[in-house]
Amino acid sequence: MAAASTENAIRSSSFSRVLIYLVLLLFALFYLLPFGIMLVNSLKPLSEITGGNMIALPREWTIEPWLSAWSTAQIGVQPTGLRPYFINSIVMAVPAVLLSTIFGALNGYVLTKWHFPGATIIFGLLLFSCFIPFQIVLIPMARILGILDIAGTTGGLVLVHFVYGVGFTTLYFRNYYAAFPTELVRAAQIDGAGFFQIFYRILLPSSGPIIAVSFIWQFTNIWNDFLFGASFASGGSAPMTVALNNLVNSSTGVREYNVHFAGAIMAAAPTLLVYIVAGRYFVRGLMAGSVKG
Amino acid sequence: MGFLDIDNVTKAYGAVEVLHQVDIAVEEGEFLVLVGPSGCGKSTLLNMIAGLEGITSGDIRIKDRVINNVHPSQRNIAMVFQSYALYPNMTVGQNITFGLEMHGTPKPEREKAMAEVAKLLQIEDLLKRKPGQLSGGQRQRVAMGRALVRNPDVFLFDEPLSNLDAKLRVDMRTEIKKLHQKLGTTIVYVTHDQIEAMTLSTRIAVMYNGYVQQLGTPKEIYDNPSNLFVATFMGSPAMNVMRVRLEERNGALHAVTTGAEGQEIALRIENAPAGYAAYKDREVILGIRPEAITDPEGADRNARNIQALSNTVSVTEPAGADTFVTMTLAGKDCISRMRADAEVHPGQPFDFAVNMDKAVLFDPETEERII
Ligand SMILES: Nc1ncnc2c1ncn2[C@@H]1O[C@H](COP(=O)(O)OP(=O)(O)OP(=O)(O)O)[C@@H](O)[C@H]1O
Ligand SMILES: [Mg+2]
Repeated sequence: MAAASTENAIRSSSFSRVLIYLVLLLFALFYLLPFGIMLVNSLKPLSEITGGNMIALPREWTIEPWLSAWSTAQIGVQPTGLRPYFINSIVMAVPAVLLSTIFGALNGYVLTKWHFPGATIIFGLLLFSCFIPFQIVLIPMARILGILDIAGTTGGLVLVHFVYGVGFTTLYFRNYYAAFPTELVRAAQIDGAGFFQIFYRILLPSSGPIIAVSFIWQFTNIWNDFLFGASFASGGSAPMTVALNNLVNSSTGVREYNVHFAGAIMAAAPTLLVYIVAGRYFVRGLMAGSVKG
Repeated sequence: MGFLDIDNVTKAYGAVEVLHQVDIAVEEGEFLVLVGPSGCGKSTLLNMIAGLEGITSGDIRIKDRVINNVHPSQRNIAMVFQSYALYPNMTVGQNITFGLEMHGTPKPEREKAMAEVAKLLQIEDLLKRKPGQLSGGQRQRVAMGRALVRNPDVFLFDEPLSNLDAKLRVDMRTEIKKLHQKLGTTIVYVTHDQIEAMTLSTRIAVMYNGYVQQLGTPKEIYDNPSNLFVATFMGSPAMNVMRVRLEERNGALHAVTTGAEGQEIALRIENAPAGYAAYKDREVILGIRPEAITDPEGADRNARNIQALSNTVSVTEPAGADTFVTMTLAGKDCISRMRADAEVHPGQPFDFAVNMDKAVLFDPETEERII
């Protein structure tokens, strides 16, 4: 796709190229506008915002709102800033993303390359789990976390997100590996490679794009999740999204909009970063799946 | 007891039996070709030898060891796949030595074995490349290198040439044959191309519908097909088959049919096998290869029973070395193969010479050869 559009650009006249870039630039500005306003206001003293001018650049630049949001702002009842909750989110998201990706890959490998009776049914059930709304699993999940005695902990959230995500990751990897030539697996079997060796030496090195898809999808969903975080994590173990809500809704004192803006950007930054770093692979992985699978 | 024994092997998927009691004993150094139309079970049989498919009943033995439940990697076989199945993320060198690595061969030995194979197949320059950077023929060589390096008891090939263009296919065919003559390895080779089967094999198993129809040397299969399927499957252009009546005239059996103008044509049969007598005054199927019908000058000098056949020529097709001449016999096209300079003209009558030594008869119901 990228190749085709470059070719078009080369052929078309310089006038229409300028026009195209102009339109693209406009759209980019339009989409960036909210973010820009957040950024600008997070760097102003509160008085400038309450003074009524949200669009203007700060007259007095300050990083005070950022420092406050990070380490001193009132979250619920504690003046801890967002930092501990940011760490909570990382401690929750990283293992959950890794676990669901690894298990999704293994599931996809087994479902496509090691046929066993009932494979289709199991895949169907896993697929079904993708379509169950969050709300339906809340109560059963709470019960299970209670039984496992990890209710209200970050470990509990890791389990919740891993279980909920593995259906999606299995779907991705199954479709990707369905297009992977089975003859390669057979050749490796004859060469004497075992179950995990085939996975690790033959399939995984060719799985880059789909791993990127799984990482991005899982990370964005887990990081941005609010419902599970609010339901299963209490107080000090809450993730970033819940803490952000608590920051904004803290009822004491004046509303520090500049601090809220800074906190919101902090909460969004990791997912943005993941897209910037792995976005190319994301598109490539989705394309590979759609063309081959 | 052969080197590789396929002993009464059957394969069923659920209730459907796709291979029925296959019995083949392969000697050491033999080049056995499994040939047959699509879906006849060739790949299934090969995969069973490789251990990639289970065996429903019967035994497969290599060097007198039953390997039914032995893991593929422990059977001492190597396989070349139709798609070559080269590992895309590894270099050619790593592809070749992967099997040795998995079997725990130390690195210096692996390097040495790889160098030898690379030299044999002339792929020394390619060792550092990835499979994606190779041409079809080069991939084919690498795939063979990967099989050769393990020095297995039996080589298995599943249609290794079908992805190559026509010219390369002929070249690689010769190369495989040379390799076999040089190394003297035991090979089981699957193809649906009967020319590949004829040129490469020391023996051919013709398969159809999950049955081995005939097992024999290329010459046996070609000259003495055991049934109508084998007769028409092997050979290009295919053997002419036509319905004729067997009649006794002047104390000898004749195959009687009609020509293009409805004229009667009777071809005398000499030294008739004992089985022919039972078919006297009945319809049978006569099979005769195109090269057994020629112009009188081009007829085989060693043939004992050449019968003259006068008929109208319908089409001539010069093909360089030969000219294919078509006439109508028993209401169907009958192709003959003549010298390039035979004087034949479409629409004209012509005296064909039929080498009846080479004619074969089949039962019209069972389609089995009458002997
Ligand atoms: N997993 C399976 N389940 C059911 N039937 C199967 C299965 N695999 C193969 N078959 C059947 O077994 C028969 C033999 O298949 P096989 O692949 O051996 O054919 P082949 O001779 O190699 O044909 P081709 O020349 O097309 O490769 C076919 O009729 C096929 O439909
Ligand atoms: Mg096949």
